[in-house]
Amino acid sequence: MGKIEDLQVINGEGYQLSVLDKVVATARLNSVWPLPFATSCCGIEYMATMGSNYDLARFGMERMSFSPRQADLLIVAGTISKKLAPILKQVYEQMAEPKWVISVGACASSGGIFDTYSVLQGIDRVIPVDVYVPGCPPRPEQIIDGIMKIHEMVKHEPMRRRYSDEYKSLLNKYDIEGNEE
Amino acid sequence: MKSKLSNEMVIEEIKSHFGDAIRNVEEPYGFLTVEVDAAKIHEIISWLKSEPSLAISFLTNIGAVHYPDNKGNEFALVYHLQSMTNNYRLRLKAHVSLEQPEIKSIVDIYSGANWMERETFDFYGIQFVGHPNLTRILNEDSMDYYPMRKEFHLEDATREDKDDRFFGR
Repeated sequence: MGKIEDLQVINGEGYQLSVLDKVVATARLNSVWPLPFATSCCGIEYMATMGSNYDLARFGMERMSFSPRQADLLIVAGTISKKLAPILKQVYEQMAEPKWVISVGACASSGGIFDTYSVLQGIDRVIPVDVYVPGCPPRPEQIIDGIMKIHEMVKHEPMRRRYSDEYKSLLNKYDIEGNEE
Repeated sequence: MKSKLSNEMVIEEIKSHFGDAIRNVEEPYGFLTVEVDAAKIHEIISWLKSEPSLAISFLTNIGAVHYPDNKGNEFALVYHLQSMTNNYRLRLKAHVSLEQPEIKSIVDIYSGANWMERETFDFYGIQFVGHPNLTRILNEDSMDYYPMRKEFHLEDATREDKDDRFFGR
């Protein structure tokens, strides 16, 4: 895990041949910088995940990025009120491509028990989400499982996907401006 | 510590000054609750603060209740007041109607009423006349209704994953 098993390298005198997509994916995979957007009890579980017992650092994720501009993975853990939704969206927009989003817990994924006028019924109403982690709150093992799912996506991320029409139309659905080629 | 004031003393004092404005007097759990005319609420709260024998000069909270069946008096405004020196608490109530939910602001008496009145406006749409900045305080600014009014569902109407039959909608 972590490494790209099928990364083939051909070594010669003064050169090394490989597939660029996979070399880049290997680099990304082992240094996903997370931006924690933690608002409640899921945030506590997330902190446990970061701690030495569960140790997210072994995935090359020890560096919490509290600036969205230098983050690859947005970890939304907790209830997002409707008043907070535009701020979450702004944070997402400020992240540089390629970026991934993991929604931790029932509240971030669907509003959870807070079926009420003031709570956003799932963050996928304002930003696209890659992985949903169920639970109220999820255990650190579940969060790690979700992050490993993200790793799987990072591993198979083609270099050109972020410029594709499918990706642009996905962002357009959320009123977010996509990349210009 | 026992209070220096009793409910009888306070209600006598209020009656002697504002006898016409009093609509109803209750004492649930020994807590004196006086229902007064909405037009007089500012005057009464101001007087309670300045009257040295009572010195009810601390505003604990302002809230509202919506009674949709109470035609003409749909909203009850509840003012909780306290006298720190006399260790005495008083509850004042005033009713306003759904057509004209207006009451005079008491920000000029208690600066602390500023956010309390904004919150009451935010959730019930009560217009506090004379408030310096009557805008929403807790809910998002783009909200176009007053969520604590009974005609609005508590639940988020856009939620799709719930079967109405099981959630009483």
